[in-house]
Amino acid sequence: MSVLRNSTLLRHLLVTASFALVLFLAVYLVDDFSVNQVSTLAVYLCVCFGLTVLIGGNGQISLGHAALMAVGAYTMAKFLPSYADEFGQVSVGVVLAGLLLAIVVTTAVGAVIGLAAARLRGPYLAGATLALGVAVPGVTTYFHDTFNGEQGLPVASPVVPESMASAGWSIDRLVALIAVGCAVVVLFLVANLKRSGFGRHLAAVRDHEIAAQLCGLSVPREQVKAFALSAATAGLGGGVLGLVLQGANPHSFGLVLSLTVLGAVVIGGLGSLRGALWGSLIVVLLSRVLSELEVNDNAPAAAYGLLLMIVMLAAPGGIQGLVARLGGHLPRRSPQPQGGN
Amino acid sequence: MNRSIGRWQGAGRARRTAVAAATLSLALVAAACGGPGGGGSGDGGGDVPGVTDDTIKIGTTQPLTGPAAPGYARISKAMEAYFDHVNAEGGIHGRKIELIVEDDGYNPTITAEKTRKLVLQDKVFALAGALGTPTHTAVLDFIRQNKVPDLMVSSGSLSWNQPEKYPYTFGWQTDYIREGKILATYAQKEFEGKTFCSFGQGDDLGADGVKGVETVLGGDALKAKETYSVSNTNVAPQIGKLQAAGCDVVFGFMIPGFTALALGTSAQLGYKPQWVISSVGADPASLAGYLKENAEALTQGVIGALYLPVIEENNSWIKLFTEINEKYSDGAALDYTSLHGYAMAYAIAQALAAAGEDPTRESLIEAMEDGAVSRGPSPTPYAYAADDHSGMTGSYVTQIDKLKVKVLTPPMVTDDGDGPVEEHTEPEEEAPANGVPE
Amino acid sequence: MERFILFTVNGLAFGAIYASVALALVIIWRATRVLNFAQGAQAVASAYVAWVVTDLTGSYWLGLAAALVSGLLLGALVQLTVFRRAESMPPLNAVIVGVGLLIFIEAVLGMIFSIEHTRTIDAAFGSTKLRIADTPLVSPQDLFVIGSVLAVMVAIGWLMTKTPVGLRMRAAAFAPDTARLMGVRVPRMLTLGWALAGFAGALAAMLVLPTSAELVPQAMDGVFVLGFTAAVVGGLDSPVGAVVGGIVSGLVLSYTSGYLSSDLLYPATLVLLIAVLLVKPEGLFSSVQARRV
Repeated sequence: MSVLRNSTLLRHLLVTASFALVLFLAVYLVDDFSVNQVSTLAVYLCVCFGLTVLIGGNGQISLGHAALMAVGAYTMAKFLPSYADEFGQVSVGVVLAGLLLAIVVTTAVGAVIGLAAARLRGPYLAGATLALGVAVPGVTTYFHDTFNGEQGLPVASPVVPESMASAGWSIDRLVALIAVGCAVVVLFLVANLKRSGFGRHLAAVRDHEIAAQLCGLSVPREQVKAFALSAATAGLGGGVLGLVLQGANPHSFGLVLSLTVLGAVVIGGLGSLRGALWGSLIVVLLSRVLSELEVNDNAPAAAYGLLLMIVMLAAPGGIQGLVARLGGHLPRRSPQPQGGN
Repeated sequence: MNRSIGRWQGAGRARRTAVAAATLSLALVAAACGGPGGGGSGDGGGDVPGVTDDTIKIGTTQPLTGPAAPGYARISKAMEAYFDHVNAEGGIHGRKIELIVEDDGYNPTITAEKTRKLVLQDKVFALAGALGTPTHTAVLDFIRQNKVPDLMVSSGSLSWNQPEKYPYTFGWQTDYIREGKILATYAQKEFEGKTFCSFGQGDDLGADGVKGVETVLGGDALKAKETYSVSNTNVAPQIGKLQAAGCDVVFGFMIPGFTALALGTSAQLGYKPQWVISSVGADPASLAGYLKENAEALTQGVIGALYLPVIEENNSWIKLFTEINEKYSDGAALDYTSLHGYAMAYAIAQALAAAGEDPTRESLIEAMEDGAVSRGPSPTPYAYAADDHSGMTGSYVTQIDKLKVKVLTPPMVTDDGDGPVEEHTEPEEEAPANGVPE
Repeated sequence: MERFILFTVNGLAFGAIYASVALALVIIWRATRVLNFAQGAQAVASAYVAWVVTDLTGSYWLGLAAALVSGLLLGALVQLTVFRRAESMPPLNAVIVGVGLLIFIEAVLGMIFSIEHTRTIDAAFGSTKLRIADTPLVSPQDLFVIGSVLAVMVAIGWLMTKTPVGLRMRAAAFAPDTARLMGVRVPRMLTLGWALAGFAGALAAMLVLPTSAELVPQAMDGVFVLGFTAAVVGGLDSPVGAVVGGIVSGLVLSYTSGYLSSDLLYPATLVLLIAVLLVKPEGLFSSVQARRV
């Protein structure tokens, strides 16, 4: 296995392929209702892979990432209708093109935000991203003609190819397949980026800005790159969420979603892709389990709030930190970011 | 040195991950059997989802938590109370009605999830009375794709009346364009020569209402058109603008909370226009909840629309629902919000009864489109037809007098387009003796 | 001109409320370097206490007093149980703890107070604008809002600078180890700071809730965001900045909502924030300069 030892790329390919296999089977095998939650899981994975790199890998906090997801979803909503048939459906190819466009547009927006954010630190960055996150509904209502305000815009569904339809694939299941595919691709790309110079530069800036500058890195440039990366994955996740919800709507991309993805990456373990996986799984499973138990309608929220507090106070490195400690491995770097102050 | 240890660990970890994934996959495959969704095509052809020999299962999504919830919760309570009564009287064609209420917190993401749960997991026969315009809009495509009857959507938006695009979805209450037309027609007669303006919610409620008003009064009749967004309760700027424009009559298309805010803020600014508001915000009991000791003074003389029977007139329907409310609900008095729930539940029961002794989803849709649902407690007839899925065709024009509703006109009916607004003169229907439709 | 007066008075009244929330956040930040994300939720919980007391006794003023007292107690309780551990953690962890607490408090309030009833918080005084020469100016309630926030600020300022307790609190915040050596009970001072913040938050809630239609658990979320913005604009280290930031935010947002559109309330907040922070990345009144190499 020296091949594996020597090649990061091959290692990542193997892990990604395993991941893809499990997810594909999940899409294929679960019942019609649960397949929707597999899609939701994939959406969270896309967003969280990027967000955990931003916060854990680069030390910049974002409390408004749902706004970037909204950009992805609205891009899909505006792009797809020109290619829709009389039932308002589009081919899978158009959907994929739309997602690509969503990534491009959101990355551009993310880069602009990153430019502004690069000058801010700690709580000031938190405040700015929070304001960004809550500004979405106001923008959609003010520019009513473009964004149709609080009612939002529909996102076209993909047409299920004949061969798949006769095998029993529903639209929801096809969307889940696309979603899962996106999550797999994001995992592979982000994992490789993290291990490359790109990732190391981000971490250097996070750990010691002045030393990084002395080594020739431009701190603002690295921070913009991190923001752009997290925006790209958020835009993709948002575009997929638009497909899942069959619409783009400010209520779905509000503060609640921003705080949920933030909670997911922190619970899972900052800076770690495995952490993003744990966090996303927990968010989706918790809401499923609690709604099945049919306790008070407010119970899922109360449980999520409690969980956030308990994990943060008892296991600040998140679940990945716990796993690493229990597994007896020395973590290669401390699970807590040094914070960019 | 560290790097090679890292790589070794990494290689080992990658191998372990792959093995774990392969094992998990084999386990999953072994547990499955066939095509996507775990194989087997669920119901074998003949069964109707949600219908057994003695029950019919229907589902609804409502905002029971979150900022939009207060006020709307009484609607689902009323629906539950009515179906309790129906079941106590033997059900519909011998089947008891099981109503599953799901909370969506007025968040379309949750609506999408809960609707899928109702259709794919609970396998309801039909959806009924779903509440909320942006929330239900999010699931229209899913409903069409899964061919689920979607009856009596609880909102006056015109989105539910698109029979070609969404053949399974039907509205119920008078839509906002019709209300706008009816209110405008009355205002045109009574307040000729005055300055007209509007103040509406920034979505269909406001936009369609204003469209209705302008259909009757003309495109440039409104001197000022202000809007509000539900996330911002400071309406003083907009009211100030209406005051500055000298508006004598303001058409309002607002939810109860914002109706209260508008009335209160106008009073604070010393501004007293004649408010002419849509049914959504015109329930005096809801307004009294917000305005408390100032309610009577602030609501006096406010003109509104009403698509339900007048509680104060105590006709056979009011007597029926009051009795059911006392027996099956928790004792609160009957107000227009719970009356909305009762009337809607009655209409749903009518549709289920009209679907026949052996109901199928097709027979249900057919019954709706054949107009088999008579107007029941509604003062105006339904428009249901193969090419029209809108609900009630009109309403009363009313006025709030000492926190009671006074009727100013007979029931007025119209269409969604340029058609005239006319009086509806047929006598009202009587409630069936046991309160259950045939 | 009438509208300008309306928007200005409106802006000052809301600005005072944002300043109160901002002050709560600044007090906690200065003492413990923690951003209390649950401040708004604590405030609305205090308002629910007021509602219960008013409902039982029929008196607004007893309800107000109950809110303020519960604000103090809740602030101290929250610090003692939840945030004490978070103080020694990286700042992001404390933010998440605050978020978790916010979600938890709002969910519990939702469970306790069923949604079938409409609940409101009354204004202390009349809200009808007094008029001079037929131009509406301010209402008694507006004066109460501005006056009470000013009074609280002055009182807290006096407490901090002119009393032994205040000196101990400042010592505990700036130089905890030295203070400990001098006999100051540092943990107790920190808790006192959180209690004061809870008081300021509860006051803000009681002043702002009469203007929104209804008392629901989420009622303070928007005000929290705006108060946070005000604190950031003013500079998190500066109580004076909190007040100025509040007034500036209140006025800017009022003019924007009034002359442009009320839809732009939150987008305008974002623009204001970015505009200030791009020029002064640590707020208007910050004294901390970024170190440059």
